[in-house]
Amino acid sequence: MASNGIRDRVAIVGMGCTPFGERWDKSTSDLLVDATTEATTSAGIDLKDIDAFWLGTLFSGQSGLTLSRPLKIDYKPVSRLENFCATGSEAFRNACYAVAAGAYDIAMAIGVEKLKDSGFSGLPSTRSVGDGTAAGMTAPAMFSLLAPAYAKKYGVSDEQLKDVMTRIAWKNHKNGALNPRAQFRKEVPKDTIACSPLVAGALGIFDCSGVSDGSAAAIIVRAEDAHRYTDKPLYVKALSFVAGPGAGPIDPDYDYTTFNEVVASAADAYAQAGIKEPRQELAMAEVHDCFTPTELVLMEDLGFAARGTAWKEVLAGTFDLEGELAVNPDGGLKSFGHPIGASGLRMLFECWLQLRGEAGKRQIASVARGRKLALTHNLGGAPGECVSFVSVVGSERS
Amino acid sequence: MRGLLAWGAYVPYARLDRKAIAAALGASAGSGMRAVASYDEDSTSMGVEAARAALRATPVTPEAIYFATADPAYLDKTNATAVHAALDLPASAAAYDMLGSVRSSAGATRAALDARGPALAVVSDIRTGLAGGGDEREGGDAAAAFLLGDGDVVAEPLGHASQSAEFLDRWRVPGESFSRQWEERFGEHVYVPLGESALAEGLKQAGVTTSAVDVLIVAGPHARSNKRVAAAAGVKKEAIADDLVASVGNAGAAHAGVMLAAALDAARPDQVIAVLSLADGADATIWRTTGAVTGRRPAPSVATQVARGASVPYAAFLTWRGFLRREPPRRPDPQPPEAPAAARAESWKYAFTGSRCLACGTRHVPPQRVCVKCHAVDRMRPERLSDVPATIATFTVDRLAYSMSPPVVVAVIDFEGGGRFQCEMTDVDPKSVKIGDRVELTFRRLYTANGIHNYFWKARPSGGK
Repeated sequence: MASNGIRDRVAIVGMGCTPFGERWDKSTSDLLVDATTEATTSAGIDLKDIDAFWLGTLFSGQSGLTLSRPLKIDYKPVSRLENFCATGSEAFRNACYAVAAGAYDIAMAIGVEKLKDSGFSGLPSTRSVGDGTAAGMTAPAMFSLLAPAYAKKYGVSDEQLKDVMTRIAWKNHKNGALNPRAQFRKEVPKDTIACSPLVAGALGIFDCSGVSDGSAAAIIVRAEDAHRYTDKPLYVKALSFVAGPGAGPIDPDYDYTTFNEVVASAADAYAQAGIKEPRQELAMAEVHDCFTPTELVLMEDLGFAARGTAWKEVLAGTFDLEGELAVNPDGGLKSFGHPIGASGLRMLFECWLQLRGEAGKRQIASVARGRKLALTHNLGGAPGECVSFVSVVGSERS
Repeated sequence: MRGLLAWGAYVPYARLDRKAIAAALGASAGSGMRAVASYDEDSTSMGVEAARAALRATPVTPEAIYFATADPAYLDKTNATAVHAALDLPASAAAYDMLGSVRSSAGATRAALDARGPALAVVSDIRTGLAGGGDEREGGDAAAAFLLGDGDVVAEPLGHASQSAEFLDRWRVPGESFSRQWEERFGEHVYVPLGESALAEGLKQAGVTTSAVDVLIVAGPHARSNKRVAAAAGVKKEAIADDLVASVGNAGAAHAGVMLAAALDAARPDQVIAVLSLADGADATIWRTTGAVTGRRPAPSVATQVARGASVPYAAFLTWRGFLRREPPRRPDPQPPEAPAAARAESWKYAFTGSRCLACGTRHVPPQRVCVKCHAVDRMRPERLSDVPATIATFTVDRLAYSMSPPVVVAVIDFEGGGRFQCEMTDVDPKSVKIGDRVELTFRRLYTANGIHNYFWKARPSGGK
């Protein structure tokens, strides 16, 4: 029994991504048509050329009809799936496997979410309450548990930790300011971030990702067919997805300074891709910065920084656009926005642009210097009980 | 001998300073404090807390519960079954409500005394009234519980007498949130002779003279009559019990019980305690304490609970009682618990029963079928944790979550002896919570949705370190 991976067996040959944000003018169907059209145009194919579809959405529709109806897909397989906030990545993973298995020649993975129509602050509720005994925490509250635990374990003062969180938000806003598709396209002064009204624990409004609408899509083909569609395909090096036992909230051994699920999926992905030193080998990483302490902890869980040191690396600018390893060059969930089902594919879209040298003002220099790998990390759930996805894509087939 | 085996009382943590009423309404409201059931409490949850205190002091398991309140959380559906479930009593124990009137509690106590086998009387009440009125000002919220049965009693009943009469002093039509009262002097005219008559008859049956009474408790919704009957009873002046109106307020159906619990907390062996309840008649019971009374004092005592507590703003009090409608957060409405799921989880939801792995000893909260450590399947035994102390591992203050009293404090708590749980905190100042703080569990009504009360447990500071 092993996780063997499908390194270099499939490739992305086209992508699309709508602008994210408060898309009052666009319905779920509109967003799906926009992303699909951009992706097929990018690959130079027609919709009818696609053999099978995987649609990821958490709240915005059920069944394959959510996609087939607006796009008038003629009698093709359309799977609709969800895996919390890693939904988009899960659509991508399943589409890749279908092509690698030889079941289809061309598959599309697409994610969509229409959050703003609900009229609520934050996310709508997902689950029935069952017996009514689960503490009704909001997402920022669940992730805010990371901050005091991390600070206590590594001897970081509350003030220092707030500076670290603020710098992560500041960096992602700075990156997002260079991204025409991002929800928030302007830099935000650190003072404004640090002094924003508290939402949960130490988290202010600016420590939270944007609630938004959007869609993103990828066209996947066999690696050997890739050059029929584009000169610059992205090869899939690794796909790892794990669901944890949900032990954190019931096991006193869990200390809220790590995501065990992320550590496991990263180790699996690095093994599949043959990566030994992610910080030296990757050109960039798109990670799940749903809240600023999440990005901090992820830097350690993904092996970008040693345990207990990520807070210093953040302050030193290691993960800035011009830093040693650019993290969330497109602005991340923080400023690109987080339409749940679309986010995992949005992360891949930035890898697509960066590794192909098409990221414009935010193009990462290390790509020109020869770095050819990019990572996406997408998680769903809460500290102690989550699902985690890690992919590695590359511009060269080894 | 049949008598009292154990007692307990519950005074909620929140207090309303009567000066706060005066300040808000610009009219005199007297002095002192009244106890206030928090936004997450009702007569059922307070009854559970009082009953827990009583049963912690004795190994005896009740075979019946009589639950009395003038402010029931449910009609049609029995409230005593929730108390029964929270106490983890065997299914064979009966659970009955005696609802609606202040006098219900005298009946519940009498029924428990007259029952066969150990029987628990739980009396609980939430008293409120229109803003600026006497009921709002003088009322109080509290609960008490008494376990009656045979054996090693802490007090034996020496005599009992009742007087019943039909007259209109205080009444409330079902569905209304406040009571009405006839002219005060009419009530006094009716109550005083009823009280004097019941007390005299009770003492006569007990074979006790008024001068032998060590503690005289007179309780009832008609304050003026209580005072007059007590003063004219002929007992020693120091025998007249503190009516707790300055510190708790008049707790209606629970008041005689809370006063009796306070008297028992301080009682010495071989004391005579006369309890006279004036409600739509009069009920007198004369007790004599035994040598066991000092050894079975419940924790916390009434005095301890009266001494702690924190003031709430008048606006919060009005909001909690439903008299002030506040803007909700822009979040989905809370969803009611589902009846089948709640029924399946009864021992967890109501009695806070987790499970311990028989293979490796790991404790699980909530109960699990598969062990989180050794993955053994279905090798668990239930373990009730409602009285197990815990420590805060981490916590947060959620300012976005829905609550009647935002912000919501959520803590991850680790239990002594194993087990971790994530739950809401209550009776807590969000600014004072720290990792490492000690907490205890308290039974609460988390919220009400679609007319369904969601009962469960929360953590509250236990003071120790």
